[in-house]
Amino acid sequence: MAYTEEELKKELETQEYEYGFVTEIDADTFSKGLSEDVVRAISKRKEEPNWMTEWRLEAYRSWKKMKEPEWSNVKYIKPDFQEISYYSAPKSKDKYESLDEVDPELLKTFEKLGISVNEQKKLAGVAVDIVVDSVSVATTFRETLSKKGIIFCSISEAIREYPDLVKKYIGSVIPRKDNFYSALNSAVFSDGSFCYIPKGVRCPMELSTYFRINQAGTGQFERTLVIADEGSYVSYLEGCTAPSRDENQLHAAVVELIALDNAEIKYSTVQNWYPGNKNGKGGVYNFVTKRGICHTNSKISWTQVETGSAVTWKYPSCILKGDNSIGEFYSIAVTNNYQQADTGTKMIHIGKNTKSTIISKGISAGKSQNSYRGLVQVNPRAENARNFSQCDSLLMGNKCGAHTFPYIEVKNNTAMVEHEASTSKIGEDQIFYCNQRGIDTEKAIALIVNGFSKEVLNNLPMEFAVEAQKLLEISLEGSVG
Amino acid sequence: MQLTEKLISSFLAFELDIDIHSDIHNIRTNAIKKFEELGFPNKKLENWKYTSLNRIIKEDYTVFSKKKNVIDFKKVKDYFIDNIETHKLIFVDGFFDPFLSQTSHDGLDICIMSAALSKPKYAKIIEKYFNKSANLEDSLTCLNTAFSKEGAYVHIPKNTVLEKPIEIIHFATGNEAALMLQPRNLVVVEQGAEVEIIESHQSLTVNPIFTNSVTEIFAEKNANIDYYKIQNDVVTSSLVDNTYISQKRNSDVKVHTFSFGGKLTRNNLNFFQKDSSINSTMNGVTIIDYDQLVDHHTLVHHANPNCESHQDYKGIYSGKSTGVFNGKIIVDKIAQKTNAFQQNNNILLDNKSTINSKPQLEIFADDVKCSHGCTIGQLDQDALFYLRARGIPKKEAKALLTYAFANNVLESVKIPELKIRVKNIIAKKLGVSLGFDL
Repeated sequence: MAYTEEELKKELETQEYEYGFVTEIDADTFSKGLSEDVVRAISKRKEEPNWMTEWRLEAYRSWKKMKEPEWSNVKYIKPDFQEISYYSAPKSKDKYESLDEVDPELLKTFEKLGISVNEQKKLAGVAVDIVVDSVSVATTFRETLSKKGIIFCSISEAIREYPDLVKKYIGSVIPRKDNFYSALNSAVFSDGSFCYIPKGVRCPMELSTYFRINQAGTGQFERTLVIADEGSYVSYLEGCTAPSRDENQLHAAVVELIALDNAEIKYSTVQNWYPGNKNGKGGVYNFVTKRGICHTNSKISWTQVETGSAVTWKYPSCILKGDNSIGEFYSIAVTNNYQQADTGTKMIHIGKNTKSTIISKGISAGKSQNSYRGLVQVNPRAENARNFSQCDSLLMGNKCGAHTFPYIEVKNNTAMVEHEASTSKIGEDQIFYCNQRGIDTEKAIALIVNGFSKEVLNNLPMEFAVEAQKLLEISLEGSVG
Repeated sequence: MQLTEKLISSFLAFELDIDIHSDIHNIRTNAIKKFEELGFPNKKLENWKYTSLNRIIKEDYTVFSKKKNVIDFKKVKDYFIDNIETHKLIFVDGFFDPFLSQTSHDGLDICIMSAALSKPKYAKIIEKYFNKSANLEDSLTCLNTAFSKEGAYVHIPKNTVLEKPIEIIHFATGNEAALMLQPRNLVVVEQGAEVEIIESHQSLTVNPIFTNSVTEIFAEKNANIDYYKIQNDVVTSSLVDNTYISQKRNSDVKVHTFSFGGKLTRNNLNFFQKDSSINSTMNGVTIIDYDQLVDHHTLVHHANPNCESHQDYKGIYSGKSTGVFNGKIIVDKIAQKTNAFQQNNNILLDNKSTINSKPQLEIFADDVKCSHGCTIGQLDQDALFYLRARGIPKKEAKALLTYAFANNVLESVKIPELKIRVKNIIAKKLGVSLGFDL
């Protein structure tokens, strides 16, 4: 039987979230609410030095004065910040020495996610830091990495053991007062990953973090700090899931990347938080601030596959401060049912001969709204800046929306800036062309959607590309072959 | 006194002059209330993010010119298009000038707003169309509505094809220091009728002039309108042009905007497609220098199926000039088979010039073809070298390439005399004489 777009639409509407299980793990959860005492308690629980506690408190004080931003093209019920528990940790006092000590229930969680720690460790050679409900529970491959001088650990450990590095760089790219959610995160972040690559070292394996919100009524506020010293290279992966819950959960992370001279950072995200059920109930609010700074001759590349979350609101950005630096942004955002996404990037050209590339693909189905919002700014001193942006949207059905809000600000006459955008559906002529050549409709749709997102998928590291494919299948099953 | 307060208090004086018992007056009173509430737009508003009116509204403007000024045709001859017969509607300091104008009532109405607003024979049309497509939430439009009294009134009856174009010129003598003008125009083109209109604003003084103009255009079934806006004013005058176009089935409206002059020029161009199979076209060429600013804000609302819209804006910026382009296309759920195209190309010639471009799409229908493109760059060095290698001086070569860049838009001008005029303005602007016709 021929597979039609109608059927695909029906399938999309009824597609359920595959990762919606709850793991029964004893958790140590703070009671709901936020105050200076809660901030102090988090800091104390993490055994942090005084300067960190003060740093958090100052962030909390400025957060209190700030208003929640409203300019985005998404509609949602604002979270009640006093109804969230700001700390939840799987109950176990000591840090695990080896995988055998990890709660078997937890390990099962990872197996269900398809990221069995063991498997990853042996086969893929990926070092993984796993964060459940904001606390880091397992870090693999640490020894191999430390031989090269690479530091890869949880951020709370880094605060204790490498205070100089943390003190120097934390908040240097995203100041505490940058925005409402970054201030909140700075005050209450409970854990996250820290990574430092020393001068001239090429990280031999992909580094990876897995985030999961498990406990009900908690928010996840993780903090990631990646520093690539002069001439180094690192590829960093990040994945996220959450169980199905009726209420909306808040995820407000901050990711800071620092690429010093001649360094290169590749940061890939596969985001698959619980998107809510098909009536739009529940789901995760994903309000994330991600930003990287490029020094001379360095390069930062963001790749993201956004398939989950009820509301996604994030703009991974690059500040191209150094001469000859390069910023890249590759994104696929898939929205279905009542999901909303307002995502894009900012490329700030400050140095001479800086280059940036933006490739954004949006696929909307069901009753979802998908927006691209991006800024390309060329400052007066950024001689010979070059930018290429492309945003394509694919619409499935007439109940969804696709929006484009590009901001282009150029203050230098040697700049070359190109922007193009298109919106379309899967063309009948495209399917006809395939049919004509003996490819049935199902395969044709698969081919077209695959081709539509290929430019971005190609930029994911091998180990992740497979998983990203799998996630696209979940959101658009039947269309990806 | 701040301009805002001055305007609000002048409204009381304005009321002494007009019939305050008419229905129109209710519209005016509501509008001034709205303006009082909103005030002048500031940079905090998303729509005014890149354009500040502060340097314009700080001047001490005379809100209405007290006396009618007479100008000599010989002095202003150059501002008229040569060698062409036109219907003329000429206004001086906001007053109609019957000596320079050539109105017509021969089966159609090409006359003035003050007559249309007061005489009973126009009441039906005014009731049906006046302030019906203008944005009631826009502060500057409301300000204009409150003081609406004079401007062009054009009503073309069914199946009438107008042979001569209509030329509308607003002169400002500014004899009484700084002057603020608020012309209000209404153009109604009935079923199957065709018309060409050329509009310009010209200041004859070095005193600051601030024009806040509102034009409402209604194109009924199968109507055809070509509207040319020639903005080549002196660098001491500023213009905010709010144009609202409402279209019915099979109508075709084209607006061509040529922005070469003025201190600050803001064009708010809004198209509302009220039926299916409609064509809307927006073309624009901007060539500015010094600290001039030109801001094009376009909105096309596709609310019905099978419609098309085309936008093509070219900009060339020298000196410390700033260009802003904000194009918004909205495609409603039911507007299937929409074909919307938007293009914005810019050239920056100096390192002090700035361009802010924001082409937006908001799409709720799936079977549509919508695309936009935006580029910012320089003149092609290879092409420049090619021309110079053939003995063409640098200045002329640059001018040639500039023409080529803007040619797409210039080609869309249907009146040959107007094309020559635009060409001459560009040549003058670039300081060259070109030995060819477009």
